[in-house]
Amino acid sequence: MQIPVVPRGSGTGLSGGAMPISQGLVLSLAKLKKILRIDPFTRTAVVQPGVRNLAISEAVAHLGLYYAPDPSSQIACSIGGNVNENSGGVHCLKYGLTLHNVLRVRGVLMSGEIIEFGSMAPDSPGLDLLAIMMGSEGMLAVVTEVTVKLVAKPKLARVIMASFDDIEKGGNAVAAIIAAGIIPAGLEMMDKATTRAVEEFVHAGYDLEAEAILLCESDGTPEEVAEEIARMTKVLEESGASGIQISKDETERLKFWSGRKNAFPAAGRLAADYYCMDGTIPRRHIATLLKRIQGMEKKYGLGCLNVFHAGDGNMHPLILFNGADQDEWHRAEEFGTEILEACVELGGTITGEHGVGIEKINSMCVQFGENEREAFWGVKSAFDPEKLLNPDKAIPTLSRCAEYGRMRISGGKLPHPELERF
Amino acid sequence: MTNSNMSPAIQDFQAQILSAANNKAALSIEGGTSKSWYGNPNNYAKLNTRTYSGILEYQPEELVITACAGTPLKEIEAALEEKNQVLAFEPPHFGEQTTFGGAIAAGLAGPGRISVGNFRDFVLGARVMDGKGQDLSFGGKVMKNVAGYDVSRLIPGSMGTLALLLEASVKVLPKPAATATLRCEISQTQTLKVLNEWAGQPLPLSASCWIGNASGGEGVLMIRLAGAAAAVKAAIPLMSSLVLASEVDPQTADAFWKDLREQQLPAFNQLSADQTLYRLALPAACGPLSIPNTANEIVLEWHGQQRWIKASGDEATFASIKQLANAHGGHASRFKQGTGVDPALQRFTLLSEQSHSKALEIVQTRLRAAFDPAGVFATSRLP
Repeated sequence: MQIPVVPRGSGTGLSGGAMPISQGLVLSLAKLKKILRIDPFTRTAVVQPGVRNLAISEAVAHLGLYYAPDPSSQIACSIGGNVNENSGGVHCLKYGLTLHNVLRVRGVLMSGEIIEFGSMAPDSPGLDLLAIMMGSEGMLAVVTEVTVKLVAKPKLARVIMASFDDIEKGGNAVAAIIAAGIIPAGLEMMDKATTRAVEEFVHAGYDLEAEAILLCESDGTPEEVAEEIARMTKVLEESGASGIQISKDETERLKFWSGRKNAFPAAGRLAADYYCMDGTIPRRHIATLLKRIQGMEKKYGLGCLNVFHAGDGNMHPLILFNGADQDEWHRAEEFGTEILEACVELGGTITGEHGVGIEKINSMCVQFGENEREAFWGVKSAFDPEKLLNPDKAIPTLSRCAEYGRMRISGGKLPHPELERF
Repeated sequence: MTNSNMSPAIQDFQAQILSAANNKAALSIEGGTSKSWYGNPNNYAKLNTRTYSGILEYQPEELVITACAGTPLKEIEAALEEKNQVLAFEPPHFGEQTTFGGAIAAGLAGPGRISVGNFRDFVLGARVMDGKGQDLSFGGKVMKNVAGYDVSRLIPGSMGTLALLLEASVKVLPKPAATATLRCEISQTQTLKVLNEWAGQPLPLSASCWIGNASGGEGVLMIRLAGAAAAVKAAIPLMSSLVLASEVDPQTADAFWKDLREQQLPAFNQLSADQTLYRLALPAACGPLSIPNTANEIVLEWHGQQRWIKASGDEATFASIKQLANAHGGHASRFKQGTGVDPALQRFTLLSEQSHSKALEIVQTRLRAAFDPAGVFATSRLP
C-alpha cells in the first residue's frame, strides 16, 4: 500500500524526528512498556521500547545497579527513543552514550521481517549493524525490544562548584581537567545569563558575578571520590577559579545541580519561548563559540542562555524569543542555524544528542557533502528500500540541499530581506 | 571525482579501486600484514595502506587521536604514552608492523575490553573510500555526534569488506592512576561466579584471565584492577580475601597482560599442524562448557565472555563448537590454524547459521552493495 510509517516513543524528542507526516501513519510504541527480564548476575535487563529511561534504573535500584545514560528527559523519554537518538546525558563522559550501554536490539523492518542486532555475547558474526541502528532516528527499523547493560551504582557522588570571572578561563579549566587525566562523572558549565536566570528560580546560592560556573562531579567509593575531588580542586585553582565550593552532603550536591537541571524551565520564565540548540565542538573551542554567540545575540537582537555538557563539548544554547512575533521566530531560527554552522566550522557537529529530525535537516547540507548524503541514502535503502519508514527526516535529499544552497546564496545572508531585523 | 584534498597516496588508492571496479576484480586490503592469517584467505591483488601514514591530529585534552590508516600502531601508542594516555581497549598488535587501519579493520580488543568496551565504541569518525572511489567522511572528532548514520562505526571488524579506511578519529583515555594484579588458584565454575558478582559491584575491576583444565579442577585466575589509587588500594584486601589471592609484582603483571593480549602465552602459541585455535564469544551467563575433542587447556578472558581453545581443525570439530556456542547465545570462529589445516575452510560462524539472522543477512548484502556495487572489497575475508 506504500503508506509511510513514523515510529514514536514518548514524543520528548527535540528535533521533530517523530513528527507525523501527511498521508502517513504514526506507530506509537508507548504502550509497550514492560520490563521483560532483569538479570542481576549478568547485569542486563530486557525491556520493551516504551519503557521510560528512568523506570529501568528504578526497577533495578534495589540490586545496587542502574542504567547509566541519563538524558534530561529521563523521567519521560523511552528507551526505544534513546536507541534512535543515541541519547547521552549528564554522565556520558564517563559512562558512555546509549551505544555503549546497549547489547542487543530487536526490531521490525519496513518489510515486516523481524531483525535482531547484536547479542548477549560481546560481539556477533558479520558487520556490526547494531552500531548503525544507534541514532538512526526511526528510519531503519522499528525497535521492539532492547537489552541494556546495567552498571554498579557508585557508593558516593560529590560535586565541585567553581566560579570563573572570565568565560575563557572556565573553558580552559575544562580542558585542564581532562589533560590532567581525570574523567569526571559530570562536567557541566553555565554562563552568567543562565546563572542569574536559574538563581532567581532555585536559590542555590550561585555566584551571580561569575562569568561562568563549572560543576564537576566525582563518583565512586568514598576513597576514590576524595582523591578525585582533591585532584580536580587543584586543577581548578590552577586554572584561576575565583571561587570553589564542594558539596558536603547529598542535599547540597542536589542543590548545586538544581540550577543546571532547571535551566530550561528558568529560560521559560525569561521569554515566551526558547529554542534549544545541540551542537558539539572540540572542548578547546568552547570559549570561541561562546564569544561568537555573544556577537550573534546583538546581530539577531535576541538573548541566549548557555548551559552545556562542557566535558564532551556538547553545547545547548537556549535562544530566547517570542513565538507570537513572526519576525522574532524567524530570527531565532536564523540565530540557531548560524550557531550550528559555527559548530561545523569549529570542527564539530550540528547535533550531539538531539538528532536531526526535521529541525536540522537543512544543516545536514552544511555538515555533509553530496557523496556522504548519497551514502546515507544507501544505508537507508539497505534497511528500507522503499523509503517508507519515517521518510523526510534526518537525511536531506539532494534536491533539498540544492534548494537550501540557492536560498542561502541568493538571499544574501538571510532569506526574506524585506524584514527589519537588527 | 578527484578531490583537491587527496594526497598522492589516496589518489593511488583511488586508481587501484577504479581499475579493480572496471575489471570486476576484488582487492585485498593490507597494512602491516601482521594479521594476514586472520579471516578467510584470498588470492586477490593487494592494496597496501602503508603509503598513507602519520598522525594528523592529537590534542590530549580533546581525548581524540586522528591518524592515517597506514600509521604504525606502535607510533600511535608511543604518542599517547608521552601524554599518559592509552587506547583503553588494548588492541593486539600481533607483529611489529601492525597498522592503525589494520587494527581497526580487524576490530579486535585486548584484556581491557570487558571494562571499557570494544574498538567500535571508541571510533568517533572515519574517512573512507568506497568501491566507487569516492572519498567520504563520516562522524567527527567530538564525543557526541548524531548527525547522519554512524557509518564510521561499521568499519571496526569489517575486515576490509565494506570500504577502504583512509583515516580514523579514535577516542583515547587517560592511563589509570593506579593498577594492581591479583593471582589465585580457583576452579572455572567459581571464577565465572565471582567475576560476574564483582562486575556488578562498584569495584575497579579492569580485566581477568583464567587458564586451566577445561574438564575441571583448579586453574590460575589473574585479575587486574585499575582506577583511582585509593579505589585500587581498598579493593585489593577485599577481593584477595574472597579468593585467597596474592598480589603480583607490577613487572610480571605487565608482561602477563601483554603476552595475553599478543597471544604469546603457551596456551595460545603451541599450535600443532592439525589444530585450530578457536575463539568463542559468549554471554556472561554462560557457565563452563565441555568442549568435545579438545586439548585440555582453556583460556577465559573478559570474565568468561571470550574463550580460547585448541582443538582439531577438522570441520566436524568446528561444527560442534559452533553449535555449542550458538546454543548458549554466542558464536565461534577459527581464529588461528595449524599449517596442516585446509586454509579454505570457513573461519567464521555465518549469519545463516544463527537464529533471527535472515533479515540481517539481506540488510548486510544490500549495505555492502551500496558502498561497493562492483564488489571491489568482496573478498569474503569476513562473510
